[in-house]
Amino acid sequence: MTKFPTPSIDWAALSPELILLGGAAVCLLVPLFLPHAWRRHFCAFVSILSFVGAGAAAIALFQMDETATAIVADAINRDRLAELAQVLIAGSGLLAVGVSYAYVLRERMGEYYTLLLAASAGMCFFVAANNLMTMFLGLEWFSISLYILCAIAIEEPVSLEAGLKYLIVGSFGSAILLFGSAFVYGATGAIGFADIAAASGDADQLFLVTGLAMIIVGLGFKASAAPFHMWTPDVYQGAPTPVTAFMSAATKIAALVLTMRLLVTAFPSEENLWTISLAVIVCISLAWGNLGALVQTDVKRMLAYSSISHAGFLLMPIAVASPLGGRALMYYLISYAAMSIGAFAIVAARERELARPVTLDGMAGMGWERPGMGAAMTLFMFGFIGLPPAGLFIGKFYAFSAAVDRGWAWLAVVGAIATVVSIYYYLGVVRAMYFQPAAVGVASAGGSPSRELALGTSVLLAVVVTIGSFVAAQPLLDIATDAVSVLSFPH
Amino acid sequence: MLTSILIFLPIAGALFVWIVPWPTPRAAGGAALLVALAELIVWVNRTLNFDYGNPGLQDEASHSWFSDLGVSYTVGLFDFSLWLVGLTVVVTTAAVAYGFWSGRERLGVYLGLLLFLEGATVGVFAAQDLLLFYVFWEAMMIPLYILIGVWGGPGRVGATIKFVIYTLAGSLLMLVSVIALGLSAGTFDMREIGESSSTWIFLGFAAAFAVKAPIWPFHGWLPDTYRESPAEVSAILSGVISKAATYGFLRIGLVFFPSVVADWRTVILVLATIGLVYGSLLAFRAPDIRGVIAYSSLAQVNLIVIGLFAVNDSGLSGALLQMVTHGLVSAVLFLLAGAVERRAATGDLSRLGGMARGRPILATTLITAGVIALAVPGSSVFAGEFLILNGIFTRGWGWAVAGAVAIVLAAMYMLRLISAVLHRDPGPAVTDAALDLRPAEISVIVPLVTVLLALSFWPAAITDHSFGGRPADSLGSRFEAAP
Repeated sequence: MTKFPTPSIDWAALSPELILLGGAAVCLLVPLFLPHAWRRHFCAFVSILSFVGAGAAAIALFQMDETATAIVADAINRDRLAELAQVLIAGSGLLAVGVSYAYVLRERMGEYYTLLLAASAGMCFFVAANNLMTMFLGLEWFSISLYILCAIAIEEPVSLEAGLKYLIVGSFGSAILLFGSAFVYGATGAIGFADIAAASGDADQLFLVTGLAMIIVGLGFKASAAPFHMWTPDVYQGAPTPVTAFMSAATKIAALVLTMRLLVTAFPSEENLWTISLAVIVCISLAWGNLGALVQTDVKRMLAYSSISHAGFLLMPIAVASPLGGRALMYYLISYAAMSIGAFAIVAARERELARPVTLDGMAGMGWERPGMGAAMTLFMFGFIGLPPAGLFIGKFYAFSAAVDRGWAWLAVVGAIATVVSIYYYLGVVRAMYFQPAAVGVASAGGSPSRELALGTSVLLAVVVTIGSFVAAQPLLDIATDAVSVLSFPH
Repeated sequence: MLTSILIFLPIAGALFVWIVPWPTPRAAGGAALLVALAELIVWVNRTLNFDYGNPGLQDEASHSWFSDLGVSYTVGLFDFSLWLVGLTVVVTTAAVAYGFWSGRERLGVYLGLLLFLEGATVGVFAAQDLLLFYVFWEAMMIPLYILIGVWGGPGRVGATIKFVIYTLAGSLLMLVSVIALGLSAGTFDMREIGESSSTWIFLGFAAAFAVKAPIWPFHGWLPDTYRESPAEVSAILSGVISKAATYGFLRIGLVFFPSVVADWRTVILVLATIGLVYGSLLAFRAPDIRGVIAYSSLAQVNLIVIGLFAVNDSGLSGALLQMVTHGLVSAVLFLLAGAVERRAATGDLSRLGGMARGRPILATTLITAGVIALAVPGSSVFAGEFLILNGIFTRGWGWAVAGAVAIVLAAMYMLRLISAVLHRDPGPAVTDAALDLRPAEISVIVPLVTVLLALSFWPAAITDHSFGGRPADSLGSRFEAAP
């Protein structure tokens, strides 16, 4: 019998993914043996345990790993950058479970939580990727889970449409990424990130740069940066709101962390090309996202455009390619993820109350009817603008600081102007909630809605993270500094 | 520590008023009023114990916030900022009391927002870290937006959009400048930042201050906002918030950018002089009470800017005195405008008139405040304007002439306002059912007028107790000597 050489596997380092996958398996199989009424509660409970477990495992690994190592035949990174991103993804998943709890799909709750856990596991794998192969595997892993999640409300045509659109456009993005990876491999003969950097000196520059450009495009699709954002508004609007809440936070974390890791590690000598390309993408995203959001009346669609503009703000520190920028990205992601899930959670709550899609008019009077939700939404909206006391204020401050520090004050000015434009639509929500009286016919669909304890807890946690990251900025920035210290930035 | 109490007592009070489930709105309002009075007592106590001979920072508190960029929570009071904090505290207390007695809807939320605004404004005057200054500066916006949008007049939605977009457009440019100045200095601590000669950084700051003050031609938001806000909020906006901008010019513009200020002085003086004359003329033509006060406020703030950019002892002292007295005068005038509007259901001057007959207290307070506002010799406003004109005269007699013309215009628009509201035949909107000021209103407005009269008798209370005797001492010898 021929002995097939297998790499040694560091199981402990893979524990976040394994815990999530284990949870997914339990959610898929065990409910079959449970009474119907128990399934939803059981799956939510297992999901919470899995996310907490994965987060705890990632925190433990973060504590242990003072130096970065590559594991499983150098295919995967075991370092603090990946582990911090995994903590954030697990946290997003945890909040998303709270948002999802009151969301009832008759026959498919087991599948819903299974896919949620599987997508998170894929993202955790993706952010740790150390070569083009694991990167693509991770990408497809979480993307396919998300395609199905978007279409999981099969009774609703919009959900199906969202799933189909995401599938087609997302596959197109993945194909471009794969094609670009092939070019890079062809040019350098390497798939490991560090090996690509080492081999790039002798490589055919035409193929290498073409491949790099296609990889940026492919990752831009996932990060929903303009001009690769076309799917975002339709998918965010059509997908079930808890799914949108999860996607808006977790996909951004995964895509942006990997973008930074890949560009900094694999393409340091092409830095002059990708920094300026990213700066251009930043400007387009800021312009397109903000101008597009101005004219939206559907709140989910408006938040989708807002997420495009935030892709611009988040790519800004990556474009700067400095340690300060890396820190800015990681810190920004913490508060952005919390606020994004919180905002979609409140939209989800309102949606259930009204039993129809939430427009700006649908938010009318909500601030007075639901003081807690209204105050939280106000905090998120002012926070998205970048006003205190939301952590995003410091995130924006850091992103702008990184740009100014690099000598790109113009990029910070573009960001400031984009922020001015964004005021109009973010405050549109506050205006609807507090300034407009509740219109006739907007009253609750079925009398007083039940108090959604799980969703409320998620919103409360999001508020705590939002304000907490503002007050306790230093500890979080220290963590972000530790995480990005594994990368050697060109600036 | 005391400075932090001055900042966070009202903010904590606001949270207290919002979160506690009060049995009645009056109870919530009473709690808010108590918080405002407590803040007033803290400030008075501080004023009595302040060391006015000391030009440096007092009651400093400093904690690191995030160290890698050198950002900290650093607060403290200069003797001149103490007076601006006092202005904030006094006017807010009056506004809270007035709002309490006028029985606004959702009283607890309303008064809580006023308290939050108070804390943020005190923070602006006390912050000694650039980013902290910016945080408080932006934090002022949030309660103002909701206050105007929920409790404002019929055109409030348009007014809030204009207000917010104007002010945030200015302040986001300031954010870029804050970052650029802080990174180039290696710290955001305002006690340690040295001078900068960057024109762009200065202009970023100037954009924020010019919009918030506002200096002509950045005043597009002002008429709508002052007209549509509730009277108490207008009083705070024109009395206090505009002073945050002039304070910014003083604490940041003049201190960190002396050479740029010298280059740009003429431009700013020209704009401010145009604003002074333009505002005065529009105040003379405005068809309603709020319009007169709003445009007169525009003119007065531009006069303060002229005093600041004279950059000499007389100009600075005058500007500071004028900040405080104009703050009080315009607060009184806006509260009185609110009282008149409640009685006549309109502020339209053509439908008012004859309100003096049978309403002696309204007439007395309005005439007293109006006469002080038109800078009659002997009033505190006269003292301030005299110092400003004296200061700017050394920069060129032409500026002083323009300023003197504006004082004449001030007499014209103020007397027009007084006569249109109080004298002539009773207007169609004035009925016998419109009563004189009620005891509750008297208890708010008369103390403010009394403070104004006291400052008129003793303007040295402020001028001799600020800038450590001389501006040059207190701001670190950074001012050029007067020519």
